Amino acid sequence: MKLLASPAVRVGISISIATGLYGISFGALSVTSGLDFWQTMALSLLLFSGGSQFAFIGVVAGGGSGIAAMSAATLLGMRNGIYGMQLNALLHPTGWRRYVAAQVTIDESTATSSGQTDPDEQRRGFWTAGIGIYILWNLFTAVGALAGSGLGDPGQWGLDGAAVAAFLALLWPRLKGREPAAIAVVCALATVVAVPFVPAGVPILIAAVVAALIGWFSHGRSDEGLEPDVDPYHPHHGRRDRSNNTRRDNQVDAHLDKQGDGHGQTGQAGT
Amino acid sequence: MNLWIWLLLACVLAYAWKLVGYFVPAKLLKDPRTSRIAGTMTIGLLASLTIVNTVASGQTLAADARLGALAAAAVALAFRAPFLVVVVVGAGAAALLRLIGWN
Repeated sequence: MKLLASPAVRVGISISIATGLYGISFGALSVTSGLDFWQTMALSLLLFSGGSQFAFIGVVAGGGSGIAAMSAATLLGMRNGIYGMQLNALLHPTGWRRYVAAQVTIDESTATSSGQTDPDEQRRGFWTAGIGIYILWNLFTAVGALAGSGLGDPGQWGLDGAAVAAFLALLWPRLKGREPAAIAVVCALATVVAVPFVPAGVPILIAAVVAALIGWFSHGRSDEGLEPDVDPYHPHHGRRDRSNNTRRDNQVDAHLDKQGDGHGQTGQAGT
Repeated sequence: MNLWIWLLLACVLAYAWKLVGYFVPAKLLKDPRTSRIAGTMTIGLLASLTIVNTVASGQTLAADARLGALAAAAVALAFRAPFLVVVVVGAGAAALLRLIGWN
C-alpha cells in the first residue's frame, strides 16, 4: 500500500477515527435534546461542522427557538470560510472538486493539510481527513442517535452534564494564553447577565456580538480561536504549541504570496 | 416541522460559508480583521454555550449538578484527556451528583 506510506494519509486516518468517534456523543445528545433521528442525521450529513452542530442542539436543548439555533450555528460556521480561503490557496481545487472540498472543509481537515509542507502531502492530508471524518462522523452520529433514543430520562444519565463537558472540550484547545481566556470570560459573563432578560437562545447571540466587537476593536493574533478540536499533530494534547502554529501560518502565507496577491497578513499571528 | 426549516437553512448557510472561502477573491478575506473576528466569535460562542448549558434553565439561572460536570470536565481536560473521555466524565459527574441528592 503506497498510500499508507504517506505521513499525511496516516495522520488523516488517525484524526478521522479520533474525531469520527465523538460523533457518538453528538448523536446521543442530539436525540435527547429533542431532535429526531433524521434531524440529527441531517445535521451531520449536510451541516457537517462539529461546533455548529453542537451549537444548534445546545440552543434547542436550552429551550431556544429554531431561528436562534440556526443563528448560533451559522455564526460559529464563519471560520470555515477562512479555512476555505486558506485551503483554496494551498490546494487550488478545480471544477466539481471545489464543491466537494467545501463540504469537508472543517477544523481538522484544514489542520491536517496545513501541517504538511509538501503540496502533494497537503492534498492527501486534506482529502484523507475530510472524507474519513465525514464517513465516520456520520456513522457514529447514527450509532449515538440510536443508542441515545433508548436511554429514557437523559438527566438520570447526566447527559446534560455531557453537553457541558462537550462544549468545554470544544472551547479548551482555543484557550491558549491570556487573551482568548479573557474573551471567553467576558462572553460567559455577558451570557449569564443576559439569561434572565431575553428569551432562551438569545444570550448566546449577544455573546457572539460581544466577541465580534472585541475582534473588531482589538489587535491581537489574527488566528485566535482557529484551532481544531482534535489536533492532528498532537493528538490527545489539548493545546497546539506555538511553533507549530507559526509554521502553519507562514506556510499559508507563502502560498498566498506566490499567487502575487499581497502581503502575508494571516501570519502576523504567533510570530 | 418548524424546526426542520431552520435546521435545513442552517445547513445551507454552513455550506455557503465554506464555499465563500473558495470563490471569493483571497484579497477580501485576507483582511486580518475578518479572520480575527471569526476567531474571537468562535471563542465567544463556545464560552457562551458552555455557560448556558451549565447554569441556565430556560430564563432562570440555577446551580445544580451541571456545575459539577463543568468542574470535572475541566479537570479531565487539564489532564489532557481525549474528547470522548471528557464527555463521559462530565456525564458521570452530573449523574453521580444527582444520585447523592444534588438535583
